[in-house]
Amino acid sequence: MNLRPDPTFYPTPQMAMQAPVETLAFTLMLSPDGAQPDGLAVVDVDPKSDTYGQIVHSLFMPNTGDEFHHFGWNACSSALSPLTGHAFLERRYLIIPGIRSSRIYVIDVKEPLKAKIHKIIEPEELMTKTGYSRPHTIHCGPEGIYVSTLGGGGEDGTDGPPGIFIMDCETFEILGRYEMDRGAQDKHYDFWWNLPRDYMVSSEWGLPPQFENGIVPEDLLSNKYGHSIHFWDLRARKNIQTIDLGENHQMALEIRPAHDPAKEYGFCGVVVDTTNLQGAIFTWWRKKDGTFEAKKTITIDPVPASADDLPDLLKGFEAVPPLVTDIDLSLDDKYLYVACWGLGEMHQYDVSDPMNPVLAGKVEIGGIVKKTPHPNGKTFGYGPQMVEISRDGKRVYWTNSLYSTWDDQFYPGDRGAAMVCADVGENGGLTLNENFWVEFPEGYRSHQIRLEGGDCSTDSFCYPSV
Amino acid sequence: MNTAASLWSAVVVSGLYHGVNPGMGWPLAVSAALMARNTGNLYSALAALAAGHLLAMAAILFPFSALLVLVEWQVQIQTGAALLVIALGIYLLINRRHPRFLARVPPSRLALWSFLAAMAHGAGLMLVPIYLGICGTLETDAGHAAAYSLMWNNATTALAVALAHTGAMVLAGGTIAVGVYHWLGLKFLQKSWFDLDLIWALSLIIVGLLALLTAH
Repeated sequence: MNLRPDPTFYPTPQMAMQAPVETLAFTLMLSPDGAQPDGLAVVDVDPKSDTYGQIVHSLFMPNTGDEFHHFGWNACSSALSPLTGHAFLERRYLIIPGIRSSRIYVIDVKEPLKAKIHKIIEPEELMTKTGYSRPHTIHCGPEGIYVSTLGGGGEDGTDGPPGIFIMDCETFEILGRYEMDRGAQDKHYDFWWNLPRDYMVSSEWGLPPQFENGIVPEDLLSNKYGHSIHFWDLRARKNIQTIDLGENHQMALEIRPAHDPAKEYGFCGVVVDTTNLQGAIFTWWRKKDGTFEAKKTITIDPVPASADDLPDLLKGFEAVPPLVTDIDLSLDDKYLYVACWGLGEMHQYDVSDPMNPVLAGKVEIGGIVKKTPHPNGKTFGYGPQMVEISRDGKRVYWTNSLYSTWDDQFYPGDRGAAMVCADVGENGGLTLNENFWVEFPEGYRSHQIRLEGGDCSTDSFCYPSV
Repeated sequence: MNTAASLWSAVVVSGLYHGVNPGMGWPLAVSAALMARNTGNLYSALAALAAGHLLAMAAILFPFSALLVLVEWQVQIQTGAALLVIALGIYLLINRRHPRFLARVPPSRLALWSFLAAMAHGAGLMLVPIYLGICGTLETDAGHAAAYSLMWNNATTALAVALAHTGAMVLAGGTIAVGVYHWLGLKFLQKSWFDLDLIWALSLIIVGLLALLTAH
């Protein structure tokens, strides 16, 4: 128990940017066929260290088949909320859900090089207490730890809609469902919020039968994946508005609100537009009357390709779709990073004017057709996927796996795990760091990255930057 | 200093103490002003916090002021109140969890939040032994006073205690909020937020024990 707030809790995003830089990263490792247990890699990201770019500690779980995906902290800057007074929590535990097994691990990383399992919540407990399965996004908020899920009850996760449940932030006891009135929400993916303004935004991927055994082309072409975003009265736990982005905008995934809570807008990435194979970013914002609106502000075009260079799934289209699978916003709300997993590109947009983003930088690496190697000459399998930005906004890290069964459809064969880093220029621009290349153990793929002391997709701030 | 004066200073000191505790809401006033980019919101937030706190004090003190009509039971009432305060202190000492219902109050309802926060932490209860002590000093002649005037005296005293306490609380919390907003910055919040839960629980127990020792 601390007598003072954890020094890694920051009142404002600006103060988080000025904090000491990260020296360690935590990266999830998954075994795509479940042959080996999934794990957590602790990566040295301190350029001054002898082991820079190396995994300095790995923790493997006692089970197989979990499929690690996203994860988060037990506590973040939201603990400084003047309303809830959880200021004396420690940022100490990583909550890692198995998206396939529905098992949840609580990992104690107080001493990162001795990371150990603190608690395991078995799938049965999750299902009994919430009726949800396939846990996904983690955020710390007013009532504890909020976890979104992709599945409801039953064997295939379609018995009832998926949603969010709440865990106690000290005991990690599952407290129950979040929603009191879910309105039209029947699918789920990501969520985030504005704590002082008291609203939450959630998105939709698809139901478990639509993703667990791979993407279902018929469902995609008949626009059956999620294409709506939902706005909630956060503390009343009520869906107050649903915006349909248009059924052709298939898979509305990451929700990235402006970090500064005085700003009332954010972004949402759409994987693919089924009318033209474009990837898209929508800007959503809250109006004076408290209702929301959303508008498409970025489109990324597909690139024509010969059928011979394409996997079976895409041969008929003779083009590579960008596949916008992850986006991340720097803490100063200036740059939005957009992973184009199909093309093999990481885009950097200047979103100082959120309604008029401008492409400021781009890195090409991997890709279905381009297969651009890393500047160090090594092959980067798959494409840029889970992206994480350092608090100071100067370094951008990413890995390359999307989801085991989808990797195999878009990039047949095993292409290996990767984690790279790019440096951000003084006035924008993005350049891969030649010296940073992480070697992962054989047979593993890499997914989400978390940075020591918080990063650009974990912490929720309760006070505006001055 | 005589008994009455020291009891009144206890009312004020407890108010100052509640005011500096971030858990009683001064960071909310800072946040309100920063979010609206308007100093005026700092003061309206303080006013809402004060209203909620005052109401919480009144809600606890007035029932006791009514009880005091039972003059011959005064010692028992004082003892009972002291035991109640001690019991709450011990409960808060053992149960260090935050009340979850506070997390459901929307940020727009600061007065309600302040009322519930004060109730949950026993801020009003902390005043009861002090208040009963003050009433005790007033009634040297209690046996002869008419029930009506006694009640009136007790009620006005309760109001005065609640006002003095809340005034001190707003002064202390407001001073910090204004200081942080204009000069100190949010760094102060990050550096100066101490966990007062333990001290708070102990204060309740100490106030209760002192009251037990002096109730006669």
